[in-house]
Amino acid sequence: MTLYLFYFLSFVAIFSALLVVFSKNPVYSVLYLIITFFAIAGHYVLLNAQFLAAVHVIVYAGAIMVLFLYVIMLLNLNQESEPHKSNLIKIAAVVCGGLLMTVLIGTLRGASQVVHQPGKDIGLVKNLGKILFTEFLFPFEVSSILLLAAMVGVVMIGKGEDNSVNR
Amino acid sequence: MIAFVTYKMILVLVIFTITLAIAAYSTYAERKVAAFLQDRVGPDRAGPFGIFQPLADGLKFIYKEEIIPNVSNKLLFVFGPCIAMLTALMAGVVVPWGDTVFIGGKEYSLQITDLNIGILYVFGVVSIGVYGIMIGGWSSNNKFSLLGAIRASAQMISYEIAMGLAIIALVLMTGTLSLREITMQQAGGLGGDWNFWNVVYQPLGFLIFIVCAFAECNRTPFDLPECETELVGGYHTEYSSMKLGFYLFAEYINMFISSAVISTLYFGGFNFPFMNNLGLDHNMISIIGTIVLFAKIVFFIFFFMWIRWTIPRFRYDQLMNLGWKIMIPLAIFNIALCALISLYINR
Repeated sequence: MTLYLFYFLSFVAIFSALLVVFSKNPVYSVLYLIITFFAIAGHYVLLNAQFLAAVHVIVYAGAIMVLFLYVIMLLNLNQESEPHKSNLIKIAAVVCGGLLMTVLIGTLRGASQVVHQPGKDIGLVKNLGKILFTEFLFPFEVSSILLLAAMVGVVMIGKGEDNSVNR
Repeated sequence: MIAFVTYKMILVLVIFTITLAIAAYSTYAERKVAAFLQDRVGPDRAGPFGIFQPLADGLKFIYKEEIIPNVSNKLLFVFGPCIAMLTALMAGVVVPWGDTVFIGGKEYSLQITDLNIGILYVFGVVSIGVYGIMIGGWSSNNKFSLLGAIRASAQMISYEIAMGLAIIALVLMTGTLSLREITMQQAGGLGGDWNFWNVVYQPLGFLIFIVCAFAECNRTPFDLPECETELVGGYHTEYSSMKLGFYLFAEYINMFISSAVISTLYFGGFNFPFMNNLGLDHNMISIIGTIVLFAKIVFFIFFFMWIRWTIPRFRYDQLMNLGWKIMIPLAIFNIALCALISLYINR
């Protein structure tokens, strides 16, 4: 049962991830990306990491992708108004993508199979919280400072240069 | 296994039916409450006191001509109301509708599933709910619809943050994310086992939560997405027939579910005062508890309508100011306060 679910979710994830790249309409891309996120959340549930699954849906599908969709809807992109991309950019994109794939394959090839420890249930809220605030306290706090810095940066950029306009 | 699946199926079916029935009668209640507050009679033609009005409305919706605009994105135009309805119905899964009942010596829980991340599940479903509106508004290919959809999504994202922060304060106090456990902690109330509902410990959190619930359900005073004077009908301007009916219905289901969540989180869920002093057996108390929960829900639905006919709509900048500059700081203050109190008093 779990195995079939795994294959089903993997198929959905990979298929919709491919459609994100291949669909012409950017709104469809965003919608397929949302389906991909749901499939990945399903994988988290299969690994008994319900908290991660819920947070994944709330943060990615519920917040970030809504903003993506928001921007794309406002831009109103379609075939006629699509800006022309030069071939140079396309070739550069292909090279970059290929390099990234090489790096990923190189990293994953050497990695040993991760053993799933059934008894630990690290994805449940209580265990995750305990580990985050004991073993991984320093990285956790550093990442929160990183987020805060990004937030301050966004506010500064969003405010713009001219302060006299802001009331 | 078979027995378990059957029992869950029956429970799902019953809750689905009750949800739809309450949503249908909310449309009737809305008009009756409006009539009551404005000193009118309200619908009274279909049946005694007009109680068959929802049936008449439903029939009318089904028999109306269905128009899909030529310039719209037809697939997404149909998906929009489906997603709105689906997400509205999904949240009811984790709400504990009652305590357990014993039938033939076996214990049956009146809750479809007790996730240990219950609140987060509700929150996730609420955050997906905005897609129904956004997709519907965009695929209509109409300026008013798009503006309505954009207003709705901006509003929902803004108020979700404050809502989440209000819940964090509650979770700090209860120490669990499971809705059932939160309800159980509020057991008793007045009577032998002295206890308070969470609203007593979390008045500020409750206030923030209910204001955000109004915003999430797109109810007045936050019904900017479908503000008639500015946007014709908002995101569902182009919709007709039962598709429009689905959008309106989803709104009433959302109202019902958020009333249920408010009752569960802050008003003791299926617990009622003197519940352990009446000397009744467990089954009887469970049944009364479910009735009490529904009474609380009906009260909150009435409250939603009461506010609608009492307070005028906000302007959009006022709405954003309230969300970002008042609600969120207030919610963060509430978290800090609760953290300090629970650290020193150690409830």
